[in-house]
Amino acid sequence: MNEMTTIAKTTLKDWESDQEVRWCPGCGDYAILKAVQRTMPETGTPPERTVFISGIGCSSRFPYYMETYGFHTIHGRAPAFATGLKLANPDLDVWIVTGDGDGLSIGGNHTMHLIRRNLDCQIMLFNNEIYGLTKGQYSPTSRVGTSSPSTPYGSVDRPAQPCAFALGAGARFVARGFDVSKELPNVLKAAHAHKGAAFIEIFQNCIVYNKDVFEDFAAPKGAEDRQLWLKQGEPMLFAKGAKGIALDNEALELKVVDVIDGDWQTAGVIVHDATNRSVAHMLVEMRFGEFPMALGVLYDDPRPTFEADVWRQNEAAAEGKTADLQSLLKKGQTWTVKEGGPDL
Amino acid sequence: MATAVADRTDERPSPLSDTVVVRFAGDSGDGMQLTGGQFTLSTALAGNDLATFPDFPAEIRAPQGTLFGVSAFQINFGSSEINTAGDAPDVLVAMNPAALKTNVPPLKPGGLIIADEGEFNDRNLAKAKYESNPLEDGSLAKWQLLKLNISQATMDAVKPFGLGNKEALRCKNMWTLGLALWMFDRDRQPLIDWLKAKFAKAPELADANIAALNAGHAFGETAELSGPLKQHHVDPAPVAPGLYRTLTGAEAIALGLVAGAQLAHLPMFFGGYPITPASAILHHLSRLKEYDVTTFQAEDEIAAICAAIGASYGGSLGVTSSSGPGIALKGEAMGLAIMTELPLVIVNSQRGGPSTGLPTKTEQSDLYQAVYGRNGDAPMPVIAARSPGDAFDCAIEACRIATQYMTPVMLLTDGYIANAAEPWRVPDLAGYEPFPVEFLTEVPEGGFKPYGRDEKLARPWVKPGTPSLLHRIGGIEKEVDTGHLNYQPANHQAMTDLRKAKIDGIRIPDQIVELGAEGGRLAVVGWGSTFGPIHQAVRRKRAEGVDVSHIHIRHIWPLPGNLGELLKSYDKVIVPEMNTGQLKTVLRDQYLVDARPLNKVSGQPFRIAEIEAAIEEALA
Repeated sequence: MNEMTTIAKTTLKDWESDQEVRWCPGCGDYAILKAVQRTMPETGTPPERTVFISGIGCSSRFPYYMETYGFHTIHGRAPAFATGLKLANPDLDVWIVTGDGDGLSIGGNHTMHLIRRNLDCQIMLFNNEIYGLTKGQYSPTSRVGTSSPSTPYGSVDRPAQPCAFALGAGARFVARGFDVSKELPNVLKAAHAHKGAAFIEIFQNCIVYNKDVFEDFAAPKGAEDRQLWLKQGEPMLFAKGAKGIALDNEALELKVVDVIDGDWQTAGVIVHDATNRSVAHMLVEMRFGEFPMALGVLYDDPRPTFEADVWRQNEAAAEGKTADLQSLLKKGQTWTVKEGGPDL
Repeated sequence: MATAVADRTDERPSPLSDTVVVRFAGDSGDGMQLTGGQFTLSTALAGNDLATFPDFPAEIRAPQGTLFGVSAFQINFGSSEINTAGDAPDVLVAMNPAALKTNVPPLKPGGLIIADEGEFNDRNLAKAKYESNPLEDGSLAKWQLLKLNISQATMDAVKPFGLGNKEALRCKNMWTLGLALWMFDRDRQPLIDWLKAKFAKAPELADANIAALNAGHAFGETAELSGPLKQHHVDPAPVAPGLYRTLTGAEAIALGLVAGAQLAHLPMFFGGYPITPASAILHHLSRLKEYDVTTFQAEDEIAAICAAIGASYGGSLGVTSSSGPGIALKGEAMGLAIMTELPLVIVNSQRGGPSTGLPTKTEQSDLYQAVYGRNGDAPMPVIAARSPGDAFDCAIEACRIATQYMTPVMLLTDGYIANAAEPWRVPDLAGYEPFPVEFLTEVPEGGFKPYGRDEKLARPWVKPGTPSLLHRIGGIEKEVDTGHLNYQPANHQAMTDLRKAKIDGIRIPDQIVELGAEGGRLAVVGWGSTFGPIHQAVRRKRAEGVDVSHIHIRHIWPLPGNLGELLKSYDKVIVPEMNTGQLKTVLRDQYLVDARPLNKVSGQPFRIAEIEAAIEEALA
């Protein structure tokens, strides 16, 4: 086999399908779509080996707009389809597109189990804290008091925290970004580079039903004070280096510290080690307001993937056996009946 | 073929002594299913035809000695063709009072009761709600009663092996089996070999069980002259020559699915979630990795079918299986498989419903669910297996239709077929016509149309990973040919019509008459596991000269093309079903025939006599 496999270089345009994009004008999904299309040429995977799988909701229309293979499935179940597909063909590069309702409400169970099993795929959860496609009901990530057609007096239940959920389910990669962020392609690239289930929460602005709900940290003005972009091996600094995240050794929780003259070491600022699971647990629980919003790759520590383990076990179990179905049919105790009666 | 064999036996009504029905009943911890299973094997090895009916409680370890904790195993065997587990037992083995109480009513008058009197103590009598000991009070007078202290005899037999009391008593079922093997003149050696293999790591347990078995057998030999116990030899049944084995429905489906995938030249992916009585299929398949089978125990029923659809999308043959409640959960995903026109096999091992219903009892009440149970106009082929052996062929047929027509297919079986065993002539696989799948790998002349169609109206199957054929599919209505999203009224009409026409056009064999003439006074029309009792009842009535025929439908949807005309060629049609009349309704709807229902939903299979009575009534 001297066959050369060269992967033709692609550009953003090669990843755009001929389908008319049907999101509301100004929707954050447009920016995410562009960020993904910008990322794809750098993944090294050709379009024909790339599959986008989605559930139901605004975000789940995504596969139609990608010039790849795509499967727009049913509400909440994209992880299950992805699992079957990857087990059938582990060579495919699978991206799951879901939302806060699709992935955490009706499909929360599948999201949990996909992460637990560590199927090699990227899960992009577009979190807009609202049900957009069904016209604005509150969602499992809506903040308490969210007024919506189904909660005219405000929602009373506490919101789920997607990244804490993912980490709790056993995720080996957890990242955060937001729709219009220039950093989003880098986050997506890191997710793709991670072998295993890579969970990415992407804050997405629903301009019709939950407009600017993330402006408190996503607005460009003052962003440096409200966003903590995590970088492997670098101190957790924000506010142009004037503040940092340190460990409160007595309370055993994170705290914001002032950094004087750039001396973050003295201030006790933590150096980001994405393989530190304990710190990751604290980062996903950081309350915005008291703390900046933690963004970027919060946690990244791969371990063997589900489909690789399944294939390995299948191959080991089949080792040295021949698939002779005719002899399998005869397995167990048999007897022969000859013409004129049984022969025992 | 079936008709020819049947006609021959028609002339020769079977004398009673040709066939024997034995029922083993005990506490669910007494090992009655194992006893029954091993007795079945020895029966098969003796060349008798047979059918079995395992009847056990839903509770794993029901409280000992209670009425609801009774587990029973019935076997009907003989020297002529056997289709049912038998109506009324000739012999009842009752291991405790509760087993006697729940199982003695159907015993034939004059039938033999073998009771372990060691278990008929005050405590067990109270648990079985007996006010006095039935072994002593004369209440069993219409039967022959043989009281044996099986518990004590077993303890004595295994004494040399130094087992504890509890372990020693566990050998009771082997003592009983030894006696049963003597009663019917059976060879003990295969069972001894089996025990040695089973307890290879604990030879003292093997020895104890073998000693109990031999003691039971020896008891029969010595006790023969002194009581109701007689040795009875049943000659081998005249069956077609070939290699035979016993087979349960669950095994048959697992093997049939593997065969189907091989005939389609595809790897198989099986997604399942534990549920009674369907789990056995998952268990069997999970051991067959070398046959290119991947099994996946999903987090729930929905994930199981969705993963199977995902695997089909990837180019495997996706299969999922469940029982009624799980099938209900899978409904939405079936709609997606219909919309995206991907192959999929869904096995429904039916059980009593609705809701959790009767998990371990049998029923045929999911026919509406299979044919109609989805949102939208969602046509889907449905096949029903009649017996364990037939389930093998039905599974292959389901794989054929799914892959050739790019559609999900539902295969209906039931708890009775799944658990029951029958002798099966091992088929020669070379006799099955392969139906290899051809994936589309290049842009065809005229361009690539993801929803273009072949002469069978099937769309092309394209595996992700194929260059130049990139496309998107999903559950939103597809545009004719292109598969793009399309909500236009005319397009939805066209696509709905296409989906229906594809399923209506599936090529299936014409309906045959199993027994009797085409046309006449009465047709008894069945489907699924009612085959046995219907067949025997029709045979008996025909032997009496009654003009009655048996029609058994395998293809529930679409129905065979000639079925309407065939049904109209009879004056009357009755439809025995273990539901409240579901096939009857479909037949009336499709053909405007006056099909009359005969229904039973007690969780027990039909008795032959019940169907004979219905035939008499219909012709009265």
